[in-house]
Amino acid sequence: MDKTSLMRNGLALLAQLLSGASSRWIDSQPDTCQRVYFANHTSHLDAIVLWSALPANVREVTRPVAAKDYWMKGAIRRYLATQVFNALLIDRTEIKVHQSPVDVMIREIGQQYSLIVFPEGSRGDGQEIGDFKSGLYYLAKKRPDLELIPVHLDNMNRILPRGQVLPVPLLSCITFGPPMWLETKEPKDAFLRRARNAVRQLKEI
Amino acid sequence: MLGGAFELRTLGLVGGVLILLAAATIFVRALRARNDSGLNAAVLETFRMRVHAWWVLCSILATTFFIGQTATVVLFGLIGFWGLREFITLTPTRLGDHRTLFLVFFLIAPLQFVLVGAENYPLYSIVIPVYAFLFIPALIAMAGDYKRFLERSAKIQAGLLICVYCLSYAPALLTLQLESGPEPKLPPGANTRLLFFFVLMVQFSDALQYAWAQIPSRHVIVPTINPTKTWEGLLGGSASATLIGGLLWWATPFQGSNWWMAAAMSLVISIMGFAGGLTLSAIKRDRGVRDYGTLVEGHGGVLDRIDSICFAAPVFFHFTLWWLKMQHIKQPWEG
Repeated sequence: MDKTSLMRNGLALLAQLLSGASSRWIDSQPDTCQRVYFANHTSHLDAIVLWSALPANVREVTRPVAAKDYWMKGAIRRYLATQVFNALLIDRTEIKVHQSPVDVMIREIGQQYSLIVFPEGSRGDGQEIGDFKSGLYYLAKKRPDLELIPVHLDNMNRILPRGQVLPVPLLSCITFGPPMWLETKEPKDAFLRRARNAVRQLKEI
Repeated sequence: MLGGAFELRTLGLVGGVLILLAAATIFVRALRARNDSGLNAAVLETFRMRVHAWWVLCSILATTFFIGQTATVVLFGLIGFWGLREFITLTPTRLGDHRTLFLVFFLIAPLQFVLVGAENYPLYSIVIPVYAFLFIPALIAMAGDYKRFLERSAKIQAGLLICVYCLSYAPALLTLQLESGPEPKLPPGANTRLLFFFVLMVQFSDALQYAWAQIPSRHVIVPTINPTKTWEGLLGGSASATLIGGLLWWATPFQGSNWWMAAAMSLVISIMGFAGGLTLSAIKRDRGVRDYGTLVEGHGGVLDRIDSICFAAPVFFHFTLWWLKMQHIKQPWEG
């Protein structure tokens, strides 16, 4: 095992221990096929914890989509994002017409990688899931072959809430739901509502 | 510690438990092989899971005993830490409690076990119920969120008291000693056996109370809180645990003419274990969950396993301490 994968597995284990995460797959199985995991967003740890909850071989081909301005700040964050998590960093400050985040994502994943996205855009307070931004819709429209997997992250907002630096090691639960796709001629708003409900329903199971 | 652990009586106790566990495993296998045993499948499954849990518990305990006192304290520290995670996870807290919780998990909880390891009784007996209990509400107040203030403080205090403070008295049994004299410690291996006896009796009384509760005439004690705890279970379970504890007098420091002391201690353990199980059931009921482990996995969590240990440990510790003091005055056999 080379140094990078040792680091990856070590950090995944650390994230699992810290978040006390138990993962459940409901009508769904871990797979290395190309997927988009979309989840509710309440904590900076969300992407890492979701990523670490995947089996090692799936983790190898799964890239969290993260904000460039946050993850390029400081040497440690930059190292983690680029070397360990292999994150796909999106520049939120400079969005150009031919460089839209969705285009970047599609170009970067090629025929191999899966993505972890948080369609709410920013972190919520953990109470109610916010409205989904349209990125997920365009992603599904341009690459209809991708499996869209709803994921619900429970209790992450208590482990590392917005505006806090120190994590509290409570237990969290990650629920993966059944894959969904964009229906033919499904309007954008209806699709985004359906996707948001798919995440929300996993909370109740 | 190592020399003491290999002492003959210790080996007898550990060996006896291993034989008992092996017998229980064979018994369960045999019952499962026969489908016509007429026993309730759910009861059998519960029993099978318990036997499995005892194997895990026993092997961990035995290993740490042989490694030494520090390893045992660290092990209980980790168990307490995990129990507190489960407790706080199921207890609603607010954003304003975040920093307090960080200090509770990373400062106060480890400190308690460090003090137990350092055998500093004057400090570890008060650091949580006095200092932490004053510190927690003050810190929460500092955060400026006054909504349900008293309730939130009390929840964190209760979690810390049950999962950390009370549990730490179990490994503290290893540090119990006679007050003075040239050889202040108990005879070799006595402390290890005391802890082993304690854990064993808690498990025995839990299992016996459960077994006695299966008899057909059932008088449930508090139906709103726990429908599996019956008067038959409590009385029958405590009585048989007392009997077994009395028969194990040779393994404890309660020796000589004091075999009844081992029996009385077992009764105390049994009753406190019952109290612990009932209290934690009440908390679970209030939160609307069956097990503390629901968030962790399908089966029961750590807190479901240690509730009786937590309640029995400090009481057993103090009763033993008083007994040792009385012994020392009456017959100063070590000094």
